[in-house]
Amino acid sequence: MAVIRIALRYVRNEVLVLPTRVIAVLFVLTLLLLPLLTQNMYILRILAIASIFSIYAASWDLLSGFVGQVSFGHALFFGVAAYTTALLNLRLGWSPLVTIPIGALAAVLIGLLVGIPCLRLKGPYLGLATLAFPIMLMGIIFVFPNFFGGELGISGITRLASIRLNEYYLAVILMLLLCFIMWKITDSKVGIIFHAIREDEIAVRASGINTIKYKLLAFCLSGFFAGIAGGMYTHFLRIAGPSMLAVLMSFQAIIWTIFGGIATIYGAVAGVFILFPALEMLRAAAEYRMLIFALIVLLVLRLMPQGITTYARDKLERECPRCKVRNSFIRKECRICYSNMR
Amino acid sequence: MLSDILVYGLMNGAVYAMLAIGFSLIFGAARILNLAHTAFFMLGSYAIYFFGTNLALSPFIAIPLSIVAVVLIGVIVYYVFLEPIREHETAVLIVTVAVALVFQEAVLIIFGGHYRGVSSIISGYISPLGFRISYQYLLTLGVVSFCLLVVWLLLMKTRLGIAIRASAQDREIANLMGMNVAQIAAATMAISVGLAAVAGVMVAPLYTLEPHMWLSPLVLVLAIVILGGLGSIKGSFIGAMILAFIEVTVVFLMPGGAFLKVAIALAIMLVILIVRPEGLFGVYLEGER
Repeated sequence: MAVIRIALRYVRNEVLVLPTRVIAVLFVLTLLLLPLLTQNMYILRILAIASIFSIYAASWDLLSGFVGQVSFGHALFFGVAAYTTALLNLRLGWSPLVTIPIGALAAVLIGLLVGIPCLRLKGPYLGLATLAFPIMLMGIIFVFPNFFGGELGISGITRLASIRLNEYYLAVILMLLLCFIMWKITDSKVGIIFHAIREDEIAVRASGINTIKYKLLAFCLSGFFAGIAGGMYTHFLRIAGPSMLAVLMSFQAIIWTIFGGIATIYGAVAGVFILFPALEMLRAAAEYRMLIFALIVLLVLRLMPQGITTYARDKLERECPRCKVRNSFIRKECRICYSNMR
Repeated sequence: MLSDILVYGLMNGAVYAMLAIGFSLIFGAARILNLAHTAFFMLGSYAIYFFGTNLALSPFIAIPLSIVAVVLIGVIVYYVFLEPIREHETAVLIVTVAVALVFQEAVLIIFGGHYRGVSSIISGYISPLGFRISYQYLLTLGVVSFCLLVVWLLLMKTRLGIAIRASAQDREIANLMGMNVAQIAAATMAISVGLAAVAGVMVAPLYTLEPHMWLSPLVLVLAIVILGGLGSIKGSFIGAMILAFIEVTVVFLMPGGAFLKVAIALAIMLVILIVRPEGLFGVYLEGER
């Protein structure tokens, strides 16, 4: 009984006080409990893919939103992991439990390989140089069509799990876990250094911090998470194709994250979970699908240029002018220090 | 074959130079990374298809009409979508991608996804020294060189050009000197879109038109601009020539490996970039941290 009472008090004091936390908890609960309400494979499939893409988008946010190393070639990590996973699974017959981590490690290695030459580049130069890597890799894939499957890609890969429901839970729980880890990383001491590098790299270097080390760390971390997403995606769709390295794949991560709110991690998740199902629903509109999708992105960013989660947070919460604690927008006085919010 | 490489290389180089200079200009003056830039090029091609082939207007009316129409669309896009959110650089980036997607889909719905062709404005060819060059190539090359010259003069000699260069160097100071930075940015957008439109109109008879034709030039234009140094007109021109010749040489030397042309061009860009992180003619503005 005491445990329940403590849990309830925690919910009342820490969750119910802020609308954004309520939304976050509701989102997690809905994802976890949804299979009890519906067994519609189509919906579960969409949500599972959205979960995998959330990891991918959040990993872009970690590198570009927090560290400011804007990458236009994030599909590189996704694609490298996807192909590594697919080849290991198909040629050597290893199970997804082994291939996905190895795929992620391959992405880390590629992250280092890309990160080292890119250390000297800044801002738009870096972004546009990283754009080149996946396209070059795509060239290599087309040069060896027998090994990499060429245009058609590699198919016939084993499933992520034996039944669909397990696949759904695996994707959702891994997404929640990995996004939580990324969010914690950005909140840690390392995360503060990441923020500082984005704001003023020279000042960070002047403070005696080895920015090269931290930038490479960011490339590796981001590559690792994107790689896990790539491996899971391959095993989920059971195919690894050159479209995973396409320019559009890189831009998708950017569109989702900026739509949701950059440098937040949860913004990337929100962006994917809004835009990806929206794009699926628009299949009803057939040929107008991409047009409507682009117009939605255009109008939303025109009205809320900081992204949808940042906009919502600013509307739903206010910062107490005295103690800087966030409060719900309906409160007249701060929940901690009782000073007037007006 | 050498002559083919020369002709196609010059031709592609000139077109890429037009696109890259426009892209570089708007980045310099307004710090907008306009990823919809080559979509305006695509719009220009489709505009000449619409006015010249569908409505069968004479080229002397259809060409100016297409260019004006595309420039007008560009300025409207700038004022409605880009100007209000210019402080949010990342949002601007995605807005330009969304604009490009809107253009692509609109063209797809209006004209369909079939490959389209525009008939040449003038037919026939000359054959100096034994190889043939069609008049359309010469015309395109001539118009493109003329436009590049006009832009060069505009930037170097006129008040507007000086203002554009000043605001590219330092927006705040330019503003303090009494220049209307917002208007300069709009004028730059018009010039930049105009260059893309001219390029689109002129190459329409030489390329096949399809709604996705903006994507592969975009990658190359980005590579060129980076190679030459962002904001440098001279750099964009030289970068365009380098990458165009590499591309054409790859296509002619390895007929089976034509799909590698972009990959090889990008690899060479990366090598140059690693040696010179600010591009060939770019300057690192240390103050802009």
